[in-house]
Amino acid sequence: MSRTEFMQGNAACAEGALAAGCRFFGGYPITPSTEIAETMARRLPKAGGVFISMEDELASIAAVIGAAWTGARAMTATSGPGFSLMMENIGYAAMTETPCVVVNIQRGGPSTGQPTRAAQGDMLQCRFGSHGDYSTIALTPNSVQEMFDLTVKAFDLADRFRVPTFLMSDEIVGHMRERVTIPDAVEVERPRPLAEGSLPFEAGDDGVPGFAPFGSGRAVHVTGLTHDERGYPDTTDPEAHDKLVRRLVAKIESARRDIADYEVVNPDAETVFVTYGPPSRTVEQVMRDRPDDSIGHLRLRVVWPFPEFALKVFPNARTFLMPELNMGQMVREVQRHVDQPVISIPKIGGELHTPAELVRVLEVYR
Amino acid sequence: MIAPDWFREDRLPHIYCTGCGNGTIINCTLAAVEEMGWKRDETVFVSGIGCSSRAPGYILTDSLHTTHGRALAFATGVKMARPDLHVVVFTGDGDLAAIGGNHFIHACRRNVDMTVICMNNHIYGMTGGQGSPTTPPGAISSTTPYGASEPAFDLAELAVAAGANYVARWTSYHVKELTKAVAAGMQTPGLSFIEARTQCPTNYGRHNKLRTVPAMIEHLRSHAILVAKRDRLVAEGKPIPEGTFTVGELVRRNRPAMGVQR
Ligand SMILES: Cc1ncc(C[n+]2csc(CCOP(=O)(O)OP(=O)(O)O)c2C)c(N)n1
Ligand code: SF4
Repeated sequence: MSRTEFMQGNAACAEGALAAGCRFFGGYPITPSTEIAETMARRLPKAGGVFISMEDELASIAAVIGAAWTGARAMTATSGPGFSLMMENIGYAAMTETPCVVVNIQRGGPSTGQPTRAAQGDMLQCRFGSHGDYSTIALTPNSVQEMFDLTVKAFDLADRFRVPTFLMSDEIVGHMRERVTIPDAVEVERPRPLAEGSLPFEAGDDGVPGFAPFGSGRAVHVTGLTHDERGYPDTTDPEAHDKLVRRLVAKIESARRDIADYEVVNPDAETVFVTYGPPSRTVEQVMRDRPDDSIGHLRLRVVWPFPEFALKVFPNARTFLMPELNMGQMVREVQRHVDQPVISIPKIGGELHTPAELVRVLEVYR
Repeated sequence: MIAPDWFREDRLPHIYCTGCGNGTIINCTLAAVEEMGWKRDETVFVSGIGCSSRAPGYILTDSLHTTHGRALAFATGVKMARPDLHVVVFTGDGDLAAIGGNHFIHACRRNVDMTVICMNNHIYGMTGGQGSPTTPPGAISSTTPYGASEPAFDLAELAVAAGANYVARWTSYHVKELTKAVAAGMQTPGLSFIEARTQCPTNYGRHNKLRTVPAMIEHLRSHAILVAKRDRLVAEGKPIPEGTFTVGELVRRNRPAMGVQR
């Protein structure tokens, strides 16, 4: 059974979190993400969870990590400036393999930029924003339904890989209202428990250690310092650092095919749009307006780890076109993986590309 | 006094310098924990970054060694998500009052049910002895080579003003009193803040004519005046001796608290 409602993207994100069993939300208000905090403030206490308005974003992500170590599904939501503030502790979550979800409803930047305007300007920050080498997972919804579905999925991926997982949405999807189907219950995948006799940071075959939340009697020491499999600091041995950081990156990168989530339209096409988030809606409109097999579309619902194999689904592709709400961030990643020209169609200022704008570029490259 | 089973023996030797006061404060804290009868499985130690913040790494419980200044925010998440766990935070004066100042006042305001012990050595120890917000005016550090020119924070008074339910200050000299204060804090619902002034012979004493550990401890002892004595001096209209600080219980009250187990 399920129910259908007309709701805002941010509300759908909160509903997704609740359905996934999120029981802790720590946040700090920022446009255009605030409705997520507001919905959680209203709904979480009634669901037996904790909502807390922290003093800033550094505290928000810190509290989320603390709560996650008690075994609670925990989340925060923010927008660009707040996301920037979270960076140090996002690195901490990656280093300590803390499962948690961070929602970024992107707005125009840099700095306080355009609070009520959409952007996709944080796509590289969510991959590379904290210092050091690490890898994370980022999902990019393009509809209110996906705000629900991908939030649920983000919790599962965070738990399965013990990694901070990002829902990289934006003002358009966060504030749009659409119909959403909400199932009565969703299936959730919790972290694998730490096996008897295993060390707290000893990885299984998939590179992911079992999880022993606080209070389970395993006396786990968690530190952001380079540590060994016991969790004890080991900060000067090059091998210890190399082993740990390579594993943290590999556990995500080697599961790329498994994590990947994308949609393919017209795989035989010669001109292929590559999109994520709301620019995909304009591409869909263009394709509806002019049914034409020579135009293809690859829409990514997971952008990190980057599924470069998805580009190979278009064997006849002569050109890739990438409309993004930034000056060309993910286009670099696509360029890295293909020999064909990849044309960036950047747009900043807060508005989505119009179909006419995309058609104009299409005519040039077809 | 302290059962050895609270220590991670496989983590020894520890990183503290000879004569560092942090060990004394860890001992006092664990003695208080034992007095409380807390179980290891129900106790979580949290800390930020600094020499003091390394303490949880030597204790055999679940523990979270976090980022510089943020320990109280992490601890808030732990306690709010699992109110049945006892949460104890070790922090340094830099960790708590400089980078973590905002979290400090807000944790006190929320009065989250946990015990915060600040090992105040008046210096950034781990980074080699730079001035902190508690470095006394005139003191020499690597970033105050001509003597600290800024006023220092009174951490305990700050905690009182911000709303903590239990606040006390002692020093590494006052071992019995400190242990009692930590236990009293643990018994009090809400946030308890215990400032433990302590010696850092390596990075503070050396530069401030307190070369030996006994000299530093004697300095702490002789400059501490009991709250009752201070109050008497104030009542009698007499001046409080220059360079002294009050020790004892500064507040024990029952403001509404968060994260208290129901
Ligand atoms: C964001 C950040 N800034 C700076 C540092 C460097 N740092 C490490 S410990 C420390 C000071 C610690 O001083 P205190 O909290 O007084 O602890 P102590 O070492 O004296 O016990 C600093 C500045 C850091 N680790 N992280
Ligand atoms: S530097 Fe100071 S605080 Fe740090 S271990 Fe040495 S004596 Fe202790």
